[in-house]
Amino acid sequence: MTGFSINGKRVDLDVDPSTPLLWVIREQLGLTGTKYGCGMAQCGACTLHINGEAVRSCVAPVSRAEGKAITTIEGLSPDLSNPLQRAWLEEDVPQCGYCQSGQLMSAAVLLRDKPKPSDEDIDEAMTGNICRCGTYPRIRRAIHRAAEMVAKGGAR
Amino acid sequence: MIRRKINQEHPGPGMERRDFLKASIAASGGLLIGFHFPGITALASAQQSSPNTFMPNAFVRIGTDERVTVIVNHSEMGQGVYTSLPMLLAEELDADWTKVGFEPAPVDPKYNHPAFGMQMTGGSSSVWSGLEQFRQAGATARAMLIAAAAQQWNVDASACRTESGAVLDGSNQKLTYGHLAAAAAKLTPPEHVQLKDPKTFKLIGKPIKRLDTPAKLNGKAEFGIDVKLPGMLTAVIARPPIFGAKMKTFDDARARSMPGVRKIVAIPAGVAVVADTFWQAKVARDALRIEWDEGSMQTFDTGKMMQDFRERAKSPGSSVRKDGDVESAFASAAKKIEAVYEVPYLSHLMMEPLNCTVDLRADSCEVWTGSQFQTVDRANAAKIAGLPPEKVQLHTTFLGGGFGRRANPQSDFVVEAVHVAKAAGVPVKVIWAREDDMAGGWYRPAFLHAIEGGVDASGNAVSWRSRLVGQSIMAGTPFAAAMMKGKAYDPASVEGVDDLPYAIPNIAVESHQAEVNVPVQWLRSVGHSHTAFAVECFVDELAALAQKDPYQFRRALLQKQPRHLGVLDLAAQKAGWDKPLPKGVGRGIAVHFAFGSYSAHVAEVSVTDGRVRVHRMVCAIDCGEYVNPGIIAAQTEGGAIFGASAALFQELTFESGRLQQTNFHTFPVLRMNECPEIETHIVENHEKSGGIGEPGVPCAAPAIANAIFAVTGKRIRRLPIRMTEAV
Repeated sequence: MTGFSINGKRVDLDVDPSTPLLWVIREQLGLTGTKYGCGMAQCGACTLHINGEAVRSCVAPVSRAEGKAITTIEGLSPDLSNPLQRAWLEEDVPQCGYCQSGQLMSAAVLLRDKPKPSDEDIDEAMTGNICRCGTYPRIRRAIHRAAEMVAKGGAR
Repeated sequence: MIRRKINQEHPGPGMERRDFLKASIAASGGLLIGFHFPGITALASAQQSSPNTFMPNAFVRIGTDERVTVIVNHSEMGQGVYTSLPMLLAEELDADWTKVGFEPAPVDPKYNHPAFGMQMTGGSSSVWSGLEQFRQAGATARAMLIAAAAQQWNVDASACRTESGAVLDGSNQKLTYGHLAAAAAKLTPPEHVQLKDPKTFKLIGKPIKRLDTPAKLNGKAEFGIDVKLPGMLTAVIARPPIFGAKMKTFDDARARSMPGVRKIVAIPAGVAVVADTFWQAKVARDALRIEWDEGSMQTFDTGKMMQDFRERAKSPGSSVRKDGDVESAFASAAKKIEAVYEVPYLSHLMMEPLNCTVDLRADSCEVWTGSQFQTVDRANAAKIAGLPPEKVQLHTTFLGGGFGRRANPQSDFVVEAVHVAKAAGVPVKVIWAREDDMAGGWYRPAFLHAIEGGVDASGNAVSWRSRLVGQSIMAGTPFAAAMMKGKAYDPASVEGVDDLPYAIPNIAVESHQAEVNVPVQWLRSVGHSHTAFAVECFVDELAALAQKDPYQFRRALLQKQPRHLGVLDLAAQKAGWDKPLPKGVGRGIAVHFAFGSYSAHVAEVSVTDGRVRVHRMVCAIDCGEYVNPGIIAAQTEGGAIFGASAALFQELTFESGRLQQTNFHTFPVLRMNECPEIETHIVENHEKSGGIGEPGVPCAAPAIANAIFAVTGKRIRRLPIRMTEAV
């Protein structure tokens, strides 16, 4: 049995401990917002948080989550109220949208650690997340905008 | 009538519209369906509808809850059709935009592409082909809502007006569309409706936010890979390692005993492992031992293939265009130059790998997938299912990128899933691992352009001859018969060079069609993805030969091409073409016409220790009258990045028949830290609408390559760019 909490809910699962966390949360737990893109931590579509750190869940065995707290895109906010989601809406960021869960989850860690990120900080934090549609310029703008919202006292 | 109209809309020399149109006539057996809404009654039970729901035509449904649902017959793959097409309808309807939603259309001839005669998304055509269709649908609904209100108030319809989801009369009495839905549903649609004067538009032309964004920020948007059915299993397929290889035998002893594995079965595509979960299926698939008859492609090598292409380019090909006398003009030119440009096979590499879910029953079949080719996919699924197409329901999900790959002429990813479902006897989702997707073929073909040209003593271009060698994209597609009829070449191979816009008195374009057993397909911007590179780099080489500024050299040759000139000037001006740059940075320019739109890019590039860095791209786009400038900017930026990724990094190569690239580490995509600043400037005019999904791609590679020349004096003649190969 593997047990962890996901988006605040405790789950216990009987699953091969070597199974990548990505597939456990997509198939067993039905949380499909986290995406499969490469299976080798190259594209970042599967990014989620384990105890607050951005992790590529396609290469993280489910055993790594044992006893930890996982947050997925579904747990970022109940109502699109996270400043990043609001900024993404204002900048109209997504095109196909497939990579955006991972982009948001990477950006969330960046913004927590660096509330006023520079362009270099954004490069560093976001370079592991590929967007084939080419939304990078809007993602960059949205991260700066979210940082401004937070600075002005927007809810976190 | 539609045909004439489309031709009028796109009088440009590009082949794609005209030929697609002819093609569609052939593909649909002479049937070309133009929509006229009056007479189209509410959809049958496939769409949930109650007697009180107002559905005056196939494209809109208004409920008593005020919701306006626009049914969209094109697939949303990031290009914004779930917003731009509803905008057209909502504009004429005078809907309250906050109440407007979208729904993917089921597969039905009612939803055929008005120009191409089948239900599909491609050719950067959704908006221009839907302009009339969606506006008419909205206007018809509006007229009926007005009629219903007028009846209720016992006034003349002409005394009523509409505003934000309601009908008002002269005294500002007001009835909302939701209130009127039931009464309007009982009326007969009018024969003719008046469309709005564009001056009164409230939505069209505005940067309206996309309707699909919220669902893409909280994990709710359902892509094909997210589909889940009760009792569904997941399959991963072992496909041949070499194109054309056939399976001899397979040993599944180990795989069969692995946890979760339910069935292992040979299908035409390979060997399918069906398991409870993807990971179980993939691990077991990787444990299969398969012996293949490797066939004739086991010696295939892309290096050798390009050598063959170079040899073929030495002899004349099929004539595509011949103006004047190229040979004697070239012979007598004061200065001349020859150059060979090469581009590799490319993978579409959508972020969402291919997948398809099938629930096959005795007398029905349901398919869920991100399709760009609904009519074809449904027909192909029906053949395997042994059912008439009407018994197959295809549900179009969100597409995690398409770029053409999900419009496969053989429906490869759908057909194999039906085979697997047939063998499994339960609903099955087939998922391609990234490596499977990349090795699965249907690439942008590799191409070679051998170009020679000359200038006279005053530096005027006097001759241009392009010889192209590469595989046909259209051969084997539903468009082949019509597009290639009577031609010894594939128009899609030469689009973008056959219509060379420069005023050069002697021009020849010749095509060699290569026969290679690598499956190829349209990839975002199709032939333009390589012709613009070769053409715009060679124009730059001619400018250097003539010792002229590359922007001014193009200007002089485009005096009779006002829209080319318009984007060229706009890009140059916004980029500050004549302003100095920091040391070590060079500027390159390119201009191109494709899919009914004109595009120009200026790139600013530096090269350090052989590493190319694109700092800034200034894009100008003229797509005529436009619907949503926010989406146009997004597509233009995204197109530039797509083109830059190919230019800087991407190449598929084969050795001994085996693909050498497997995943993002060997077939890279431009990343955030490599992304230039990009700005988009839209030309304002009242020309007919052109496409926007693809025109942003072609100029990126030549603008970057020309900037490299500006800063290093070295020419790039092969993609992806490697400074070690620069000449």
